[in-house]
Amino acid sequence: MAVAQTINGGLRRIPAWTIYIVGAIYVVWQFWLALNQIGPYLVEPINVLERTYGEAGLILLVVGLLVTPLRKWTGVNMIKFRRAIGVTAFFVVLAHLLVWAVLDVQSLGRMWTEIVKRPYVTIGMVSFVLLIPLVATSNNLSVRKLGGATWRKLHKLTYPVALFAALHYLWLAKGFQIEPIAYAVAVGVLLATRFRPGLSYSGLFRSRGRQ
Amino acid sequence: MAYRWTNDLTQADVTPKAAYLNRRQILAGTIGLGAIGLAGRANAQDLEPNTLEEITSYNNFYEFGTGKGDPAQNAHQLVTSPWSIKVDGMVDNPGDYALDDLLAGLSVEDRLYRFRCVEAWSMVIPWNGIELADILNKVGVQSGAKYVAFETVVQPENMIGVQRRVLDFPYIEGLRLDEAMHPLTIMATGIYDESLANQNGAPIRLVVPWKYGFKSIKSIVRITLTDKEPPISWNVANAREYGFYSNVNPTVDHPRWSQATERRIGGGLFASRQDTLMFNGYPEVASLYEGMDLSENF
Repeated sequence: MAVAQTINGGLRRIPAWTIYIVGAIYVVWQFWLALNQIGPYLVEPINVLERTYGEAGLILLVVGLLVTPLRKWTGVNMIKFRRAIGVTAFFVVLAHLLVWAVLDVQSLGRMWTEIVKRPYVTIGMVSFVLLIPLVATSNNLSVRKLGGATWRKLHKLTYPVALFAALHYLWLAKGFQIEPIAYAVAVGVLLATRFRPGLSYSGLFRSRGRQ
Repeated sequence: MAYRWTNDLTQADVTPKAAYLNRRQILAGTIGLGAIGLAGRANAQDLEPNTLEEITSYNNFYEFGTGKGDPAQNAHQLVTSPWSIKVDGMVDNPGDYALDDLLAGLSVEDRLYRFRCVEAWSMVIPWNGIELADILNKVGVQSGAKYVAFETVVQPENMIGVQRRVLDFPYIEGLRLDEAMHPLTIMATGIYDESLANQNGAPIRLVVPWKYGFKSIKSIVRITLTDKEPPISWNVANAREYGFYSNVNPTVDHPRWSQATERRIGGGLFASRQDTLMFNGYPEVASLYEGMDLSENF
């Protein structure tokens, strides 16, 4: 696993907070592009920005779920970035929600109607709400207060969060489109590894490690 | 037989070419000419046409990909010349018509129409087109015909979306004969007095302004007169969500989103929503659907 060790050596030199910086720059940069209607935002910036933030949030959730299997299967250790990835995912999803609420549907009444009447909006909203206790306890104090076992149990909420987010995307697509299906499959496989230990790279890493 | 329908717009509403080529450039630069153009259009009630740039860069044409920018990027590969249209079914003069022959002698009119997508966005488009009724009269509709079916070209090697099978191509559409013969219904061949861009459905497409945009089928190669309601692509793909009629109707929601409001393209990041109008603001077609339950026949 020389390659994995080299990668790990490189990763050790990158502080975890770079994830927050990169996430913040990405959100602001995309907003700026949308505001000035540049590139993909040329004609209809609202819908494109909404989708861009939504997809970025989903990617971060998938990457967060990838950390443990990646370590099991390849030995590449990204565990120190996982909290930052998860918290950044929350803020990107929040940006997605705000674009939807403020720029897209534009009224509290319509927001409520959409959440109640449209299952894909409902499920997206549930996914966001489930992220709130996770982001609120993504600090060392909370880990100590809750205790490791309880904290880990609580943070298994990332599974339904990612599942609902993937369904949310799948559900809003028109016709047979590849991207939402690809994300749904990725989330499905990553969740399956949690419940089917046989899928883990058993020969190399016997110990289950921290979840 | 043309000019059955009177545009509620005047010559003053025609936009100077410089203004439609790039509105934002005008705003930033040559203020004089731009100001004249914008003032002229402000009189056109709320029907300020979208710029050619907007109309040609934000499209649904799944044969070229599902992203709104994909058609503009990929449609240049479409071969539009020579172009022939097969006219068959219950007509007096069936056959494969070269496009020019089919349209010879018919009047091309300017039609400034609202265009409302089923996805709840809209544009205003200055089409140039021929009333479909003129074309149908030319080929001679037989007395038993009740519907018109249309088919889009399939050029698999030039249409990258066709291989992805997002829909069951070729794309097909249809109208009831009285809808097809309505003077609002046109076969468009141009926008802003220029030939249609490929992503807009070159060289000829249907435009039915009171129906959701997907009814206005693009790049037509076949017109069939029939006595049975023809299948239409989106209904075949998802019958619960897309009906044969698909009239713009703010009171009948799409199962996954509201149709009560729409976003007019061109307002930027802070564009506000506006109310969607019944039949997209063309109440003159209401009589076509008298006695029909429009939430049943959505």
